[in-house]
Amino acid sequence: MITLEKRSQPSRVWAFAAPVMAVVLTMLCGGLLFAALGKSPVETIRTIFFDPLFSEFAWFYRPQLLIKGAPLVLIAIGLSFGFRAGIWNIGAEGQYIVGAICGAAVGLAFYPTESIFIFPLMIVAGILGGTLWALIPGILKVKFDTNEILVSLMLVYVAEQLLASMALGALRNPDGMGFPGSRNLAKYDSASSWISENAGMHWGVVLAFVAVIFAYVTLSRHLFGFQVRLAGQSPRAARFGGVNPQALVLICMAISGGLAGAAGLFEVAGPAGQISIDFNVGYGFTAIIVAFLGRLHPIGILLAAGLMALTYIGGEIAQSNLGLPGAAIQLMQGMLLFFLLMVDVLSNYRLRLGKKAIV
Amino acid sequence: MTMKTILAGATIAASLSTTAFADDPTKVGFVYVGPVGDGGWTYEHDQGRLAVEEAFGDAVETVYVENVPEGADAERVLQQMALGGADLIFTTSFGYMDPTINVAEKFPDVMFEHATGYKMADNVSVYSARFYEGRAVQGHIAGQMTESNVIGYIGSFPIPEVIRGINSAYIHAKAVNPDVEFKIVWAYTWFDPAKEAEAATVLIEQGADVILQHTDSTAPQAAAQAAGNVVTFGQASDMAEFGPFPRVSSIIDNWAPYYIARTQAVIDGTWESTNTWDGIGAGMVGIGEITDAVPAEVKASAEALRDSLASGEYHAFTGPLNKQDGTAWLAEGETADDGTLAGMNFYVEGLTGEIPQ
Repeated sequence: MITLEKRSQPSRVWAFAAPVMAVVLTMLCGGLLFAALGKSPVETIRTIFFDPLFSEFAWFYRPQLLIKGAPLVLIAIGLSFGFRAGIWNIGAEGQYIVGAICGAAVGLAFYPTESIFIFPLMIVAGILGGTLWALIPGILKVKFDTNEILVSLMLVYVAEQLLASMALGALRNPDGMGFPGSRNLAKYDSASSWISENAGMHWGVVLAFVAVIFAYVTLSRHLFGFQVRLAGQSPRAARFGGVNPQALVLICMAISGGLAGAAGLFEVAGPAGQISIDFNVGYGFTAIIVAFLGRLHPIGILLAAGLMALTYIGGEIAQSNLGLPGAAIQLMQGMLLFFLLMVDVLSNYRLRLGKKAIV
Repeated sequence: MTMKTILAGATIAASLSTTAFADDPTKVGFVYVGPVGDGGWTYEHDQGRLAVEEAFGDAVETVYVENVPEGADAERVLQQMALGGADLIFTTSFGYMDPTINVAEKFPDVMFEHATGYKMADNVSVYSARFYEGRAVQGHIAGQMTESNVIGYIGSFPIPEVIRGINSAYIHAKAVNPDVEFKIVWAYTWFDPAKEAEAATVLIEQGADVILQHTDSTAPQAAAQAAGNVVTFGQASDMAEFGPFPRVSSIIDNWAPYYIARTQAVIDGTWESTNTWDGIGAGMVGIGEITDAVPAEVKASAEALRDSLASGEYHAFTGPLNKQDGTAWLAEGETADDGTLAGMNFYVEGLTGEIPQ
């Protein structure tokens, strides 16, 4: 008989071991899945997890990891503040879209003028757009006590409609023969976020690293970081400790919205290049997984984003080189979160063998 | 000539000869926007891929990646295929246009074929099918099958290809039934069974008893089947499993002959950048079997229409036709030119509603 016994303190060892164990379990079960599909499990796991880093074409894949990982890091870092404080912004995808639209709109308004001031202005617009979109659920929560999970999520669908209308209307490329989609910002020097396309470096990658450092310092050294952690662990104590819960909601929503908006701007001005109807590919949702996989810790998020990026890129290699179906890759990514949640039980509970739980 | 250049020349010659001698199979890559099991658009492209494998056997190796989002991800997948040694890559969705052009610039020795786009390069061809010819036959049948005179249309994205289809179906439905009315719902997706089913249900609730779809899944067929008395048409693929009713006919994309011909051209070294736009006549667009749920005389006239489109004796856009706002477009007997059709961004007279801007 196995019973679970609650730990008085969450285990610190398991907090670190759980993600590692989740990855190992995913590799094992993923391997079984691939074997069931008639592929060599070892070769498939190697293709997904190691080929992007160490194969013949690693010079191409390594920069791609930066491109794929940067928006995940930016968004997840922003979300981690709110998640720590118990403020659930699920709508980062929408804030990402609105940030991209606002930033791109500023850039396109100046086309074809060349000036070094255009790109900074676009960044400001992107951050502002994301922030304002996130403040809608924030303000509604503060004023009317609405549920921020629902409101922020529903606003994703509103943002998607806005995106479609922009791609077909206001921001459509006038030289595009009536086809939807804006001009390509990556090809417009003053608006491009690329630093070096071959190295996978764009300003979003730089800002992602800056955000990690900034979040680390804020959370461990600054009073605001302390308030965020306190509010999450003990809302009552936080109130006695002088935390203004309403201000905290607005600040956390603004941070996550602003960073998501910035991620959208850097993406649209670089790797994606243009506002198109299906510009968003789910970074805002994947970032939620990344934030939890990284234990809401800045360094953890950096590593988790790298891992997610790896499974995306490795998954594509496995599809094209080994003929693995796309759904198998998605299944494996799902397993990762599933196992993490499962193993997470161990940080709060202790396994007891052969004894009945004392009630 | 110095020793160095001679040596360099020898190295290049040696490396060239190894590539020539190596009897590597020709590698053909396919990038899909949906899953190969969508039963529609991507399914048919994959059937084309399998036909290539069958036609060339060991001389050709094919690879594919499915569910590739249109945008930055597509660019990476394409580049990865090119690095992986692909000689010819088919990119099978409109949104892959810019990524295809970008990657083609970096790999001048790899040939690219982009479906339904308009940007070409020395190593990028474009190809598409004149689906609107199939839509004409569909409209002809739909106009006579409807009893409520309301035909529902599930649009994907308001791009010229889709608008062309709506116009063509409407013109030919109107020709046989002057009272017909089109209700159009935009799903903003190529493949999303839940959204497509919802769109179909909304249209049925609004009184539509014929549903035409320009999205790729079979979900609208299932929704119509559940409603019981609603007619549908297979889209991109035959969708015969929903026949003989609600699915009474279909437009089938048949890419296999084109894919085989282009692969052959790469093997022979005769590949050139081309712009292909074939219809029923060339076999790229097929009309699926018209079932017995359709009255015999309607079936006969639909088949006659199909044959006249195939032979080129009739054009699906033949005047007199006005635009939605009443301005003249085509005079009596005049046919639309390909340029206008390629960039079509207006409804013809009689359609209600606006194209989303």
